[in-house]
Amino acid sequence: MQIEVRTQMLRMWRVGLLSGLALVAAPAHAFIAYVSNEKSNTVSVIDTDSWTVTKTIKVGQRPRGIDFTRDGKFVMVAVGDDDTIQVIDAKTQAVVDSLPSGPDPELFAQDAAGKILYVANENDNTVTVIDLEKRTRLGDIQVGVEPEGMTISPDGKTLINTSETTNMAHFIDTSSRQIVANVLVDARPRFAEFKHDSSELWVSSEIGGTVSVIDPGKHEVIGKVTFDIPGLRKEAIQPVGIGMTKDDKTAFVALGPANRIAVVDVATRKVTKYLLVGQRVWHMAFTPDEKYLLTTNGVSNDVSVIDVAAQKVIKTIQVGELPWGIAIAP
Amino acid sequence: MIRWLVGLIGWSLAATSALAADPVTIGVGYLGVAGTRSTLSLVEQPAENDGVAGARLAIEDNNTTGKFTGQRFTLEERRIKEGEDAVQAATDLAARNGFIIADLPADALLKVADALRERGTLLFNAGAIDERLREADCRANVIHTAPTRAMLADALGQYLVWKKWSRWLLVVGSHDEDKLFADALRRTATRFGAKIVQERIFEDKGGARRTDSGVTQIQRQMPVFTQQAPAYDVLVAADESEVFGAYLPYRTWDPRPVAGSAGLVPRSWDASQDQWGAIQMQNRFIKLNSRRMTPLDMQAWTAVRMIGEATSRTSSGDIKKVTDFIKGPDFSVAAFKGTRLTLRDWNLQLRQPILLVDGRMVVSVSPQEGFLHQVSELDTLGYDRPESKCKLK
Repeated sequence: MQIEVRTQMLRMWRVGLLSGLALVAAPAHAFIAYVSNEKSNTVSVIDTDSWTVTKTIKVGQRPRGIDFTRDGKFVMVAVGDDDTIQVIDAKTQAVVDSLPSGPDPELFAQDAAGKILYVANENDNTVTVIDLEKRTRLGDIQVGVEPEGMTISPDGKTLINTSETTNMAHFIDTSSRQIVANVLVDARPRFAEFKHDSSELWVSSEIGGTVSVIDPGKHEVIGKVTFDIPGLRKEAIQPVGIGMTKDDKTAFVALGPANRIAVVDVATRKVTKYLLVGQRVWHMAFTPDEKYLLTTNGVSNDVSVIDVAAQKVIKTIQVGELPWGIAIAP
Repeated sequence: MIRWLVGLIGWSLAATSALAADPVTIGVGYLGVAGTRSTLSLVEQPAENDGVAGARLAIEDNNTTGKFTGQRFTLEERRIKEGEDAVQAATDLAARNGFIIADLPADALLKVADALRERGTLLFNAGAIDERLREADCRANVIHTAPTRAMLADALGQYLVWKKWSRWLLVVGSHDEDKLFADALRRTATRFGAKIVQERIFEDKGGARRTDSGVTQIQRQMPVFTQQAPAYDVLVAADESEVFGAYLPYRTWDPRPVAGSAGLVPRSWDASQDQWGAIQMQNRFIKLNSRRMTPLDMQAWTAVRMIGEATSRTSSGDIKKVTDFIKGPDFSVAAFKGTRLTLRDWNLQLRQPILLVDGRMVVSVSPQEGFLHQVSELDTLGYDRPESKCKLK
């Protein structure tokens, strides 16, 4: 026991020393990325200056969806098999609390003020509404089979939930908490992302192999992004995570077992480039300065770093087993 | 007459406008045989509701979606007792249901298919794995969600070859379906370059599957039965009749793995399959049925989900429209197997990955890496288009 404690202290001291060193050499913009590792039950903390894992935090079982609170003080991570969302203090990098989500939470979205959290519970076809300040449950919204993707419109009025077996994007009015429209998309919709100007909603369909572009006013699919990689069978192209630059010009789409990120010109909805990353790429996050895009590669247990301007993969960082979600401190 | 017609049109118009408020009801029938078959392993003994339990879950899933699309799905189950006429039962079901999920022996299924052809009922074969139903005896009104023997054999064979266990000792049961599975395994061996070093027949001499002191005898019989075999890597058993297969693992004369009808078994589904989001579906199934999900449950679930998928894509409950969409080029369905499932348009067989399971875990999923195909790697499993004898009618 004594020895264990001493080793721990030694390790902490070393980490402290290392980060101290990093500070000396650090340019102005170093960010911290949190990566959920679905199989290891851990969250890896990455320093975007040294591009190294600085800490591994033990969390609950099957961590997937992950995001910062709006004030940047906490990281929330959905631990599906423990039926809760754990809260990590960004300062101490330790789990400090948990939120009352429904069974098997996977992805979640919060309102602009950071007061209300909406959680997709895959197991019981509901979206749970949580008061973040009081950390209490406000209610549930019934949606389709296997709710998954969650996002909120930039004006905060509409919550989008996608249901994987119903194959729909549900439009939910955030004030009445009622479904106002359902838009059918291709099979197994996993992720939804609004353009920053609210003019379009993009929904990825993992099994359908497409991204549907929806007019959020008319609730209609107005276009589709399709993918074609020479030499790769169509079934391997399974779009999941989507990231869009703030100017709404370029979208990045993770293609799962195709091991690639598609770079899409948002205006024409055409793929301009495929970037080879790790195996089974799931999700992604931009650094706040939008210089870099980090992707989680499930099967190869690593994170790829993409130089956004150059559209090139510049680095690979080993993390825990089956990395899934990623969030970067604002 | 004209007034009557006008009245009818008016009535149907009224009915159409009422649809917006009232959900469209889509009736699904389930036709199976009463009673369950006996298995060697007590834990593999099928439940009374094997199959229909999967259909029931899919009806629930479809109805959750149906809330948003104005469609309501119903399920009507019919079990044929010994000596009862399948055609009569099917015709009765078809009076109220446009779609029928069938778990019937091949001959009964063909009779039912031919009897219901004029009526336009769409049948889903969820149970029969016979090749001939997709080949010489294929029917345009029967869709197959059950895999075929050749698909199962190929799925296993690809893995054994990948593992470099290419010398097989084939042990075949004495019943017809055992021989059919052995045929499929021989074809697989030829296709993928495995060698059957010897074949042995295990004669079914009758006897009970449950006895009080069975283990003692089996432990002595099986080593003797498998001794003096030429050098082999894996024993492949063809025992669909459940006479001896499950007795082989750990009891062979030479220490060799067993595959086929026991040991490493190819199946469309397994209760241990938890990849590709399957865990949610397994949980839903257990919650609804208080037991775990079998391959037959999955084959029935997939059939009912195919109907739900087509009705939501076409926003219609019209049998013809839904049938055309399912058979059309744009149809696919997600079924927790990591890839979209589509129909082989030449014989209406559902393409699907096959799981290789050991009773506790999914060991692998075929098609295996490296087995390539110009259209779909799923078509490396079973008979492909150029070999097909099917002429849909």
